[in-house]
Amino acid sequence: MRKVLMGNHAAAVGVKLARTDVVSAYPITPQTQIIEMLNDLGESGQFTGRFIKVESEHSAMAACLGSATVGARSFTATSSQGLAYMHEMLHWVSGARLPIVMVDVNRAMGAPWILWTDQTDSLSQRDTGWMQFYCSSNQEILDSVLMAYRVAEQVLIPAMVVYDGFTLSHTYEPVDVPDQKLVDEFLPKLENAYALRPDTAEAFSALPSPKEYYRLKARLDHDMTRALGVFEEAGKRFEEIFGRRYRLIEPYRCEDADTILVVSGAPASTAQAAVDDLRKQGCRAGLLKMRAFRPFPAEALRDFVRPGTRLAVVDRNYSQGHHGIFCEEIKSALFPLKSRPEVYGFIAGLGGGDITPELLKEIWKEADEGRADASTANWMEDAR
Amino acid sequence: MTIKTSIPESELLSAGHLACQGCGATLAMRYALKGLGKETVLVTPACCWTILAGPAPRLSVGVPLLHCPFATAAATASGLKAGLVAKGDEKTQVVVWAGDGGTFDIGLQALSGAADRNEDILYVCYDNEAYMNTGIQRSGGTPQKAWTMTTQGKGGSERPKKDLDSILEAHHIPYIATVTPGYPEDMVRKFKKARGIKGFRFIRVLSPCPPGWKHDSSDTVDLSKLAVQTGSFALYEIEDGAFRLSMKTPKRKAVGEYLKRQGRFRHLTEKDIVEMQEVVDAAWKRYESRS
Repeated sequence: MRKVLMGNHAAAVGVKLARTDVVSAYPITPQTQIIEMLNDLGESGQFTGRFIKVESEHSAMAACLGSATVGARSFTATSSQGLAYMHEMLHWVSGARLPIVMVDVNRAMGAPWILWTDQTDSLSQRDTGWMQFYCSSNQEILDSVLMAYRVAEQVLIPAMVVYDGFTLSHTYEPVDVPDQKLVDEFLPKLENAYALRPDTAEAFSALPSPKEYYRLKARLDHDMTRALGVFEEAGKRFEEIFGRRYRLIEPYRCEDADTILVVSGAPASTAQAAVDDLRKQGCRAGLLKMRAFRPFPAEALRDFVRPGTRLAVVDRNYSQGHHGIFCEEIKSALFPLKSRPEVYGFIAGLGGGDITPELLKEIWKEADEGRADASTANWMEDAR
Repeated sequence: MTIKTSIPESELLSAGHLACQGCGATLAMRYALKGLGKETVLVTPACCWTILAGPAPRLSVGVPLLHCPFATAAATASGLKAGLVAKGDEKTQVVVWAGDGGTFDIGLQALSGAADRNEDILYVCYDNEAYMNTGIQRSGGTPQKAWTMTTQGKGGSERPKKDLDSILEAHHIPYIATVTPGYPEDMVRKFKKARGIKGFRFIRVLSPCPPGWKHDSSDTVDLSKLAVQTGSFALYEIEDGAFRLSMKTPKRKAVGEYLKRQGRFRHLTEKDIVEMQEVVDAAWKRYESRS
């Protein structure tokens, strides 16, 4: 059924369709509408999962730790400071191998207080052992919640579905809401063989030896990498059932491109328009949309790039004193290649500044004409 | 002669635990589990029991135990209970087993949240009155004038012990009780009773700690009893707001008898002991006025 939904409501509908058992959440702008809608759906009997209205984000993830440990499908949503407050728990639940799904609605980090979007909140959680999938449309938000559960439950690694605060969270778009029966086919009931059983006296997360700890972390890394293939498989299955295909990276008009914009999140949609404009002007422009950040699709990226084709990586995030975070990761992934393309990193739209087609075209030209500095981050403020 | 007690003979604590000799928190676990029985899941944040439960894959208790980060016990238990109910299991008892640091201090926010939501869980704080697992640092549960590694000044801990039970009482929860392993029948009775009550229940266990309190490991039970007999620790229940002393002690022993057997109070002067007696007397006036 086609409906007009804001991004946050698309996420909530996805959580409902996933037949989530336990939701535990705490309010924070711009995520709050997700949990408000789930609460409303619960009160009207359309959503039958248990809802714990915790007193903090740290407790939100702790409650998910408890519920997922007994094999309940668990969900929470947060943004920015709330995500940072959960940080300890993010490490814990991935270490405990719990397939929790969380939405992070990107919001920049304070200080100073800031409500609008950038990706520094989610990308700062890079090393917590969570998968991260970035969305560019409201349809993709709903679908990504379903995809995230399927992948997370197959590899027993938690997954974060990430999208831009306000730009997507509060913007209405037409969304195809799939039929419950089809969702059940795609996402079977969670049967976690490693769940705590009340009649079996076992300890969970008790102290291991260094050797055992090392092996557990090596296994997590192995399974995180394995998730790349599991994601592709899930994408194929999703297409069979719903007719929409999701891949780890998605090229657009790249075949003969001289310079390719590399973008994630909502600006990836804007970048399609920018590429179309550039093409009209006779420029050989392309776009590569990054959907997965963890696991990082390094091999797919190496297969995709050509030495003579420049990459212009647009980061709405930063690692202070170094680069945009996607740019760092891309450079690192391409390093093993004998002949590498030139990679230019651009920082744009921090704290919710618009990333317009004009700005993206300017970025493309900076890279295409070799004016940008490949050795450092290029800060691009939209003058308009 | 055989003495018949009300304490169940079944043991859910195994002999191979890793506690120090004379550990009050281990006696506490033993009697708590006798009261609770099976169909219990323990949730344990960072505390001595993180170690006592045993390294992976061993476990010294006969029920499942979920370890969780320091600040999260009450929230983790809330989620675990919700998960069980979502899976159709209404009867398993979810029990937090936390020390005083994880309860009075770092876990207080999550504890308050869970109590405020009246989660259907039992929260147990085994209160050994300092951060014993990290080597005896002051917590909100440390009594005034007690020596710890972070209150080594002449006078010991400057501030009075935090009145946690009153904080819990302010959350309007159905059941609050205090127990100590020197009175095992009282302890088992209260755990059994707590198991039968729905909603958020809180039990605080005074747990003597030989290395932390600096007493002989053979003195644990005596000190647990003396804490009660001197009135330093009152055994009571608060059911739906109704306060009841579990044991009237009209002729309380002098507080000094309890204090002088603990190295952590070795530095106390006679004047200090008189002051501490006054604090206990004032507390008992409040207890008696409520009974």
